[in-house]
Amino acid sequence: MMVNLRFTEQPLSEWMSREGKESDIVISTRVRIARNLMHQPFPMLATNQQSEDVLNQLREVLNDERMTAYGKLYPILLNDIEDLDKRVLVEKHLISPNLAGESRSGAVFISEDESLSIMVNEEDHLRIQCLYPGFQIQDAWERATAIDDVFEDHVDYAFDAHRGFLTSCPTNVGTGLRASVMMHLPALVITQQINRILSAVTQVGLTVRGIYGEGSEAMGNLFQISNQITLGQSETEIIENLYGVVLQIIEHEKTAREKLLSDSRLHMVDRVMRSYGTLSYAAIMDSKEAAQRLSDVRLGVDLGLIDTLSPQVLNELNVLTQPGFLQKIYGENLSAGERDMYRAKLIREKVGK
Amino acid sequence: MQCQECGKRPASLHFTKIVNGEKTEFHICEACAREKGEIIPGTTGGFSIHNLLSGLLDFNPGLKGQNTGTKPAENLRCEECGLTYSQFSKIGRFGCSSCYKYFNDRLDPLFKRVHGNTVHVGKIPKRVGGHIEVKRKLDDLRRELQYRILQEEFEEAASLRDQIRELEKNISAE
Repeated sequence: MMVNLRFTEQPLSEWMSREGKESDIVISTRVRIARNLMHQPFPMLATNQQSEDVLNQLREVLNDERMTAYGKLYPILLNDIEDLDKRVLVEKHLISPNLAGESRSGAVFISEDESLSIMVNEEDHLRIQCLYPGFQIQDAWERATAIDDVFEDHVDYAFDAHRGFLTSCPTNVGTGLRASVMMHLPALVITQQINRILSAVTQVGLTVRGIYGEGSEAMGNLFQISNQITLGQSETEIIENLYGVVLQIIEHEKTAREKLLSDSRLHMVDRVMRSYGTLSYAAIMDSKEAAQRLSDVRLGVDLGLIDTLSPQVLNELNVLTQPGFLQKIYGENLSAGERDMYRAKLIREKVGK
Repeated sequence: MQCQECGKRPASLHFTKIVNGEKTEFHICEACAREKGEIIPGTTGGFSIHNLLSGLLDFNPGLKGQNTGTKPAENLRCEECGLTYSQFSKIGRFGCSSCYKYFNDRLDPLFKRVHGNTVHVGKIPKRVGGHIEVKRKLDDLRRELQYRILQEEFEEAASLRDQIRELEKNISAE
C-alpha cells in the first residue's frame, strides 16, 4: 500500500521540519483528546463486530470536508500492516504502543504532514492527536478541539453533565484532554537541578514521563511534561497551567545553559566535542549511548559550539536510531549486536564529515 | 536497622500499613521482600498507572461497621456491560459509559484522589450536551415543583409547571 510507504519510510515527519517557538528547548508539543461513543462498550469489552461498527462510524466522518481543511487524511487499518511498520509508527509518535499491540479493528487516520493523527479503538473509541514542532500548545489545542467539533456533529459522544466526557480509564475522564510538551533539558540534568524541578512540577498537577509515554524511561535528557488532572479544570485552565510551568522550566534551562557556558566553558566544549567525535567515528553504538551523545551534540548546536550540524538532522536521528527504523532500513531480523553496529554506521553517515 | 525477617542484612524497605486506623510497621531487606512476594514499586517492572489505580480503588473510605445504605462493593455490577466493581478495581478501567452510572456512589473518593475534583467544568458537546443541559434544568424544575406542592404554594407551582411544559415541548420539537 503506497500510503503506508510514505508514513513508515520517512523518519522525519513533515511537521517536524517546520520552525517552532523555543525549539532549542521544546522539541515538540502534543495535544490529545479522548472520546467515546454513546451506546457502545469501550474497546476493552467490545465484541469484534462492535469494534468494527465503531470504526465504520468514525471513518464516515472523514468525508466531512472540514476534516480535510489541513490536507487529506489517510486511513490505515492496523490489521493491514506489518508489525515492523506498526513499530515505526510508534517511534514517530503517530500511534500509541497500545494501539499497535492490543487493539481490535484498530485504525489510525493520518494527515499528509503527519501533524494530525486520529486513533480509533485504542483504549477509547477515539483519540484525536495533534503534533506541533516547538512550543505551540495553544495552536495544537485549537486544532484538536476543532476536529473534535466535526466528529461531534456526526456521532453521539458518551458525555455526562456531571462527569464530562466518559473515558475507559478514570485518569482521563472530564475533558479527556492530555496536553504534553517534550523538552530537552541537558543543562538542568548536568547541573543536577532536574529532580528538584521535576518534583516541583508534580506538585502542581503535572506529570513527567519518558519520551514514549507512560512507563517509558527518560532518554537523551528528553522529558515529556503533561497535565495529570482532566476533571474539574477547564481545557483553558489546563492549557494555561501547562504553558506557565513550561515557560518557567524554559527559563531555568536557559539560565543553567548560560551559567555552564560562563563558568565551565572548556568542560562544555570538551563534553560536546567528545560526543560529536564519538558519533562521527564510533563503530558500535547502543540506543542509550546514541540518545546521550545526540543530546550532547544538540546542546552544542544550541549553544553555538557546533555550527556544522542542523537541529533537523538531530531530530531525524532521534527517530532513525530507534530499533524499528533500523530494522526497516537494514532488514528485519537484526540481533541487538547488529543493530548497534548499523546504528553507528547510520549516525556516522549523517553526522560525520 | 536490621531486617526483621532474616536479621542479617540491613533493612532497606520500610512498610507502614494502616488498616482501619490500626498502624503496623515492618522493616525488611530487599532479598526477604522478594521472597515474601511483597511488591516493590519501581523494581518489579510493569508497575503501571493501572496498578496504582487499583490500589486506590480497593480503598474503602471508613465504611467499617457503618450502614451507609450503599451496596457492598462486591455486589456492584454494571447492568449494561456486566463489569463488576471488583473487576473494575482490579483492571482500573471502566467497561462502558454506563459503568459511571452504576458505580457512581463509589466514584467521588476515587476522582477526588486522582483529580482533586469530582465535577466536570470543561467543554460541553453542542448536540448531546445541549440536550443534557435542558434535561438538567428540567430535573431541577421538577424537584422544585414537588417542593412547592408540598408547601402548598400553588401559584408558584403552576408557573413551574408551565415552564416545564415549555421545555418539554422544545425537546420534543427537536
